[in-house]
Amino acid sequence: MVKLIAQTPCEGQLPMTIGDVTLTEVVIQTAWNVAPFAGKEADVSKALEAQSGVGFPAANRMLTKAGSRSIWVGAGRALVQCDGLPELSGLAAVTEQGDAIAAVRLDGPAAEATLARLVPLDLRVSTFKRGHTARSFVGHMAASVTRVGAEAFEVMVMRSMARTLVHELEEAAKGLAARA
Amino acid sequence: MRITCPHCGERDRREFTYQGASEIMARPDADAGVSAFADYLHLRDNPAGDTRDMWYHDPCGAWIVVDRNTVTHAVTGSTLAREGRT
Ligand SMILES: [Zn+2]
Repeated sequence: MVKLIAQTPCEGQLPMTIGDVTLTEVVIQTAWNVAPFAGKEADVSKALEAQSGVGFPAANRMLTKAGSRSIWVGAGRALVQCDGLPELSGLAAVTEQGDAIAAVRLDGPAAEATLARLVPLDLRVSTFKRGHTARSFVGHMAASVTRVGAEAFEVMVMRSMARTLVHELEEAAKGLAARA
Repeated sequence: MRITCPHCGERDRREFTYQGASEIMARPDADAGVSAFADYLHLRDNPAGDTRDMWYHDPCGAWIVVDRNTVTHAVTGSTLAREGRT
């Protein structure tokens, strides 16, 4: 019998600290992509909020409450992380995404400058505040970038891109540290 | 060149993929006949000036109808394709 060993997307790659930024893996065990059907947005948001404390987020925003999060991840879609979804039959298309996403958290005074080398957005805290999220690119790779603290971001990509994400972040952080 | 995604705001052109002229939004009725469909598929203006075309915002997945000028490269407007503007 082949023995399967569960590995996280960035297994063996993280954590690492380079200069003033620390990269750690965020393991996303349970998450759902929720896409409300036309006209059902309010019903979906109400059902989500009743169950998990977080409703359907506005574009470019993340909602958090206790251990639950809902993150806008594109046109008409949110990634919902909570213990369990309410019944959404007839209200939304739901795709299980647990284990399908690689997420890396950047912490430290150099987190913003590290991402500035990779993401074509103004991520300064004056315009991109805690709870703001964006769909954009990290290098050439589509990603979700979310500010989770004054000096902290979370970057999500498809799991198949985990090594590329770590590599891009590591190279950017090294380049930044070399100039310090 | 920067394009405004109605969801995400103004973004660098590298985040978008070009599809073609916005005539693709105006599909003829099913019984319009072969020549109407041939025109719909193949006939395009090639304006020097204002034009309207389809772009896909890759990271967020929105189809966008963009107004821009082929002479000045100015981008003057954008709306979601799902809103049906042709
Ligand atoms: Zn967009």
